[in-house]
Amino acid sequence: MNWLLVIAGAVVGAPLRYLTDRTVQSRHDTVFPWGTFAVNVVGCLILGTLTGAVAAGAASSQLQLLLGTGLCGALTTYSTFSYETLRLAEQGARLFAVANLVASVAAGVGAAFAGAGLARILWG
Amino acid sequence: MEAEASMPGTGSGPTAPTAGRPGPRFTLTPPTRRSPLRGQLPTLAVIALGGAIGSCARYGASLLWPTAHGAFPWTTLLVNAVGCAVIGAFMVVITEGLTAHHLVRPFFGTGVLGGFTTFSTYAVDIQRLLTVGQVGSALGYLAGTAVTALVSVWTAAAVTRRFLKRREARCD
Repeated sequence: MNWLLVIAGAVVGAPLRYLTDRTVQSRHDTVFPWGTFAVNVVGCLILGTLTGAVAAGAASSQLQLLLGTGLCGALTTYSTFSYETLRLAEQGARLFAVANLVASVAAGVGAAFAGAGLARILWG
Repeated sequence: MEAEASMPGTGSGPTAPTAGRPGPRFTLTPPTRRSPLRGQLPTLAVIALGGAIGSCARYGASLLWPTAHGAFPWTTLLVNAVGCAVIGAFMVVITEGLTAHHLVRPFFGTGVLGGFTTFSTYAVDIQRLLTVGQVGSALGYLAGTAVTALVSVWTAAAVTRRFLKRREARCD
């Protein structure tokens, strides 16, 4: 049952990442990978909220597997993030590569804190 | 019917838009109502399948090597490092080496590796370590994952590129 919850979340999360990336990338003209940045930050916000809800007893461990391990895990990615950072550096856009690294980590951790804070307001 | 009507020389067919009959609005609805996702369904399906496989592998790793509350998240660090090394090698092979089927990249790169690695667990683990006052662990994990991931993707790409070049030289 636990595996099915992870699978159910992942079959939604992974295509959602692809579609979000395509939509975001088609709307601007810079080399900065805004698509991956967007899914990663949104995923951190959702997981931060969810983890806070589980800690407060407002969400079950099943929901954690479905939305956390499955959906957020598949929605966000470290492999594409690091590959895109490498590509930026290889193409000579070193500043963008550093900016992508720093901004993604800062915004991701910030979003996790925002989610935890939101959970405290809602269920704390 | 639709294909027939659009063929030259069959303009008098039953669906041809002629005066007095319902126009193209009624006879040619399928193309105008076609969803933008239509041509993408095979791509989305293989990404969903790959994402499920990758996520199960990550979940399996977390069951095999569980991280205690407040402990350093080694499992997630290793999962992300392995995923980054594999994508470095995979992308070089697929863009500079062999010509693969067009669904291989969405299935394996976007699906399996994207589902296997995670950014959300990484960020939330840092937030939790900071919240419980484990600042050293949090910063070590933050920097450790970033450095390991970038070194993995760079090394794997460089090694694979060298391997492909050597093979090419041998074939010439």
